[in-house]
Amino acid sequence: MTKHLDRTELGLLIALPFLILVAFILPKWIVNYVHVSMGTGLVALGVMIQMRAGLVSFGQGLYFCVGGYAAGLMAKFLGVTDFFVLLASGIVAALILSSLLGFLLRRYREIFYAMLTLAVSMILFGLLSSTEELGSTDGFNLPTPSYLGWHPEGETSRLTLYTLTCCVAIGCAIVLNRFLKGPTGYVNEAIRENELRVEYLGTSARQAVHITYVLAATVSAIGGVLWALPLGHVDPEMTNWTTSGQFVFVSILSGTGNIVAPMIGTFILEIVRVYAVEISPNTWQMILGTMMLLTIIFLPKGLWSLFGGKKKSGKSAGADAPTAGE
Amino acid sequence: MTKSRLGATMGSLLKTSTSLMAAATLSVMALSDTASAQDQSVKVGFVTFLSGGAAGPFGVPARNAAELMIQSINAGTVPGPYNTPGIGGAMIEPIFVDENSKQKNADYLKLVEKDGVEMVIGYISSGSCKAIAPEAEKAQKLTILFDCGTSQIFEEIVTDPKYTFRTGGHATMDNVAAARYLKQQGVNLDSIAGINQNYAWGQDSWRDFSETVAQLNSDASVATEQFPKIYAGQYGSEISVLLTSKPDVVHSSFWGSDMEAFIIQGSARGIFERSNVVLVTGETAMQRLGPQLPDGTVIGARGPHGALAPDSELNDWFRKAYFDRFGTFPTYPSYKMAQALLGVKTAADKAGSAEQDAVIGALQGLEWEGPSGTVSMALANGHQAIQDTAYGTYKYDKDAGKPVLVDVVRFNAECVNPPAGVTSIEWIQGGFEGAKCE
Repeated sequence: MTKHLDRTELGLLIALPFLILVAFILPKWIVNYVHVSMGTGLVALGVMIQMRAGLVSFGQGLYFCVGGYAAGLMAKFLGVTDFFVLLASGIVAALILSSLLGFLLRRYREIFYAMLTLAVSMILFGLLSSTEELGSTDGFNLPTPSYLGWHPEGETSRLTLYTLTCCVAIGCAIVLNRFLKGPTGYVNEAIRENELRVEYLGTSARQAVHITYVLAATVSAIGGVLWALPLGHVDPEMTNWTTSGQFVFVSILSGTGNIVAPMIGTFILEIVRVYAVEISPNTWQMILGTMMLLTIIFLPKGLWSLFGGKKKSGKSAGADAPTAGE
Repeated sequence: MTKSRLGATMGSLLKTSTSLMAAATLSVMALSDTASAQDQSVKVGFVTFLSGGAAGPFGVPARNAAELMIQSINAGTVPGPYNTPGIGGAMIEPIFVDENSKQKNADYLKLVEKDGVEMVIGYISSGSCKAIAPEAEKAQKLTILFDCGTSQIFEEIVTDPKYTFRTGGHATMDNVAAARYLKQQGVNLDSIAGINQNYAWGQDSWRDFSETVAQLNSDASVATEQFPKIYAGQYGSEISVLLTSKPDVVHSSFWGSDMEAFIIQGSARGIFERSNVVLVTGETAMQRLGPQLPDGTVIGARGPHGALAPDSELNDWFRKAYFDRFGTFPTYPSYKMAQALLGVKTAADKAGSAEQDAVIGALQGLEWEGPSGTVSMALANGHQAIQDTAYGTYKYDKDAGKPVLVDVVRFNAECVNPPAGVTSIEWIQGGFEGAKCE
């Protein structure tokens, strides 16, 4: 069994119990940031797998929002509070929308892809902002989730949600790692390097992009549900371009070297932001900006190159394209 | 050889000095944490917009007022009954946090659990308030919403509040009073039009205003309702529609730069001459635009704040102190922040302690004097404030070279606010049952 797992997957599985244990050891406010970081980290993951194909999505907030709102609407209008149903409705909504939009988006690359994804996400932002029934820009609140008929309260509820979030997030990371190591994952790398050759080799680049897009959308929607449930509130800000920009920011900051990078990057960025706000509440963005600049200058492959980069560059200096799954 | 050794020593020296520095920073951080354990100070978290579009018109004036009031309260220099130092004998130790954050709830819990604040005062956006109010009840931490306008907080979201308070009136008051003012001034209300931003505040404002007019005048009809998007800046086509539909009254809840853009673009095309224009937040533009704001515009300030505030020693002091320190007169977010802090001070002084439970007990149903008049926590089981409000008509005094408001009319709190237990829209549509107007 274990020989089918690579190092990253093993690491993720080993990390899972520790991640859950964190909730019992660390102070509650840090656990809170870990919790919400897993939600947003999954969206950053979605951005990252598209980056592997050389595509930058400036509208990943679209699916973050679709996930959150799908769960919210189920709860608001149908009275559903079950965690698994809410999660499933987020996934289904994202699957349908992304499969359709994929037919359009798979034809575009580079800046056109970035602008189109941005445009689509801003259409949703505009729609939600003018829908009074859904609370417009104020959004609306979500109930405390239940689990297959079990309605925990207070601390138990928080810990249950946290544990499930950990499991789902780690599960998503393992699936995506498999994907990047699979045929489509490698085709994506080839698309980034030279799309024309991919087509000559007899593979459809568009199909690969389509699959990647749908997968990224699904994982982002899962992130949206997992983020909205502990917060108990969704608003259109989730699909605003500033939110999407943050996911790109995280992906650049943490690098595309490993599937874990965006998850850890999200948490690090969150903690840096917390302390930046504490140190200078009026100019905290400058601290984040400086950090971004320094990362780009000194660690062009992101923070992850601090961990995994050295070994590889020692092996072959010329092959600077990151290998999937490393 | 010696050179390289020197280099190595230098290197190790540098290393030790950085680790020393790190240790020093850590101990300083630890020190600042333990400092709060001293008896005579109370940590208060302040959350307002310090960046983003709402920082300029709302967040920063509110923060400025907070800084001024904290300093004055700690020094005991606020006039009237507030001339004792501190709140309940304890000095306020503020921690400012930016409301412009994606993780508002996590930031809130960090204030509560890591920084160990005794209470949180803040939140300008209604979206923030919706997310924070249930969190405050869960975290069991006294949280005072000082500005956000949505009426849903205690009507739908937290129906049985224990820890959440709101010391500012909600948005219903502004628009009910606007309609009542027009009626009182004898303005024809047969045909009304609205230009409001297409987001929650604009939509709610227009709903409350148009429903109130429909109650006050059964013949009223809506000529047109325009919802341009927020921060649009250009209102050419909307103004054309407003001109061609010839309404008697144009209602707008625009604020900040959007409102100023609308005034400048609309006055050039004569909309202010053709219709009576009501600006719900117009007070902030008075000082800035001066003669550019046409005479006869109906002006509100989201409560009796700023130029609509009643004459009192406290108000004179507040305006002067604020102007001396920041070079501008306080606008309504500043007033609302001062109002929240004075409410906390009154409650803590009454209880003789700045501890959470004591303050909660005293704040419930409390009545106190703010710079803009009496505030009373009358609704939602003593958790939601109501206060009088006022509207006036703008006039630019050419001789004195300064803007003034004439025909100022004050409305009783009970006249423009729904009574306890009734939602705003039910109250309006039900014909203002229980309203006490003089």
